[in-house]
Amino acid sequence: MHWTEYLPPLMQGAWVTIQLTFYSTLLGGLLAFAAGIGKISSNWAIKGVSVAYIEVFRGTSLLVQLFWLYFALPIAGMAIGLDLRLPPVVAGVLALSLNIGAYGAEVVRGAIQSVHKDQHEAARALNFTPRQTLWTITIPQAIPEMMPSFGNLAVQNLKDTALVSLISLGDLTFRAEQIRNFTQDSTTIYSMLLVTYFGMALVLTAIMRGLEAYVSRWRVARS
Amino acid sequence: MTDEPIIKFDKVIKRFGDLTVLNELDFEVKKGEKVSIIGPSGSGKSTVLRILMTLEGINGGVVTVNGEPLWHEKGPDGTLKPASEAHLHKMRAQLGMVFQQFNLFPHMTVLRNITEAPVKVLGLSKQEARQRAEELLELVGLADQAQKYPHQLSGGQQQRVGIARALAMRPNILLFDEPTSALDPELVGEVLNVIGKLAHEHDLTMLLVTHEMRFAREISDRVCFFDQGRIREEGAPEELFTDPSEERTREFLQAVLDS
Repeated sequence: MHWTEYLPPLMQGAWVTIQLTFYSTLLGGLLAFAAGIGKISSNWAIKGVSVAYIEVFRGTSLLVQLFWLYFALPIAGMAIGLDLRLPPVVAGVLALSLNIGAYGAEVVRGAIQSVHKDQHEAARALNFTPRQTLWTITIPQAIPEMMPSFGNLAVQNLKDTALVSLISLGDLTFRAEQIRNFTQDSTTIYSMLLVTYFGMALVLTAIMRGLEAYVSRWRVARS
Repeated sequence: MTDEPIIKFDKVIKRFGDLTVLNELDFEVKKGEKVSIIGPSGSGKSTVLRILMTLEGINGGVVTVNGEPLWHEKGPDGTLKPASEAHLHKMRAQLGMVFQQFNLFPHMTVLRNITEAPVKVLGLSKQEARQRAEELLELVGLADQAQKYPHQLSGGQQQRVGIARALAMRPNILLFDEPTSALDPELVGEVLNVIGKLAHEHDLTMLLVTHEMRFAREISDRVCFFDQGRIREEGAPEELFTDPSEERTREFLQAVLDS
């Protein structure tokens, strides 16, 4: 088999990887905001849930989380009479998002807390409620601070998607394994795999930089 | 100007840890009065403004604004209990503040800095808020800068936006916390001009903490000299600046005017 013949199945897998990365980064970002804001909430219940979520998912392996959602949850569900079987793609996106969300939550929290106290005082003097202050003053200023870390997390997430091949999801790594099993051409296949992931990471980094520039545009406006 | 006090400090105590910043301060401001507060740093002058703006709580005494306690609420039995956030929110509507470091919102244009609170807090329509902002920008001489971001403006321009932003909430009382201290000397004048114009043309009650003695003398109905958490001396600007009765005031004025 010529190496060009590996391309169509690999591209199919790459498309799955792109989708996984896209959805899990998006959902992970939402979770990061929810838990990051929750962690600095004055409501102890919200704070408790956020802290527990962050610590559990940062403190355990992504692979184990993935296996737990895919293999253990259905059995646990059965024990209480619920059908909790998840399609591989759902289990994959869920595990990846929950994981990146836990790391992202710390980024969100840190960025929000880095906004200067002067800004809170100005908001208070203008009689904004704490909620209005958070959403109109603090978070818009915190988002540009978060972006470099979010960029790293997104790339990390792209690379982590390789793990979902272990629950038989047809991503890039899964396809590569299939071809390798068939052809035993490990060097070519794994080299192509490296190059493809690297290319996707470059594109993703560029996208995140663009996003960063977009949310920070007020910082660089020229006079 | 009427004789009714709009602001009243009654034996107010404020401590930061072991440090007593306000030591049983008694202080009154009448409606429409322009009062300057001068004094050495650490004398508690800014703290007076920060307490009024509800940025700092108090440790004793009662602060009254427009006849209602600021940091307390009257319970059903008439006794005073610490104010709830809802009470503070209601009281704060009467006050506005101009900060030493301007504290503009860097991610918003000049226009949005001024319209955001009137829309979100007062419930004005975007149209009304915009019109109000444009009038105020005209007043502070920045009508052509509405679409810029704060960092594109000079310090003096930023502070004038700060004044417009505070005025957009239509407060009865405007607090100026060393509004020109962070400015380059050549930019002080443009800000003082705006404050002077407000003082002469509006019946706002104004409280100004400043080191600009000549300006304080020009615009104030009364000047208070703060020292060690109390008012050491107060009076009409001509008297206090030309013939202070306290030795401490004399020393301070000498030191400031010499520098």
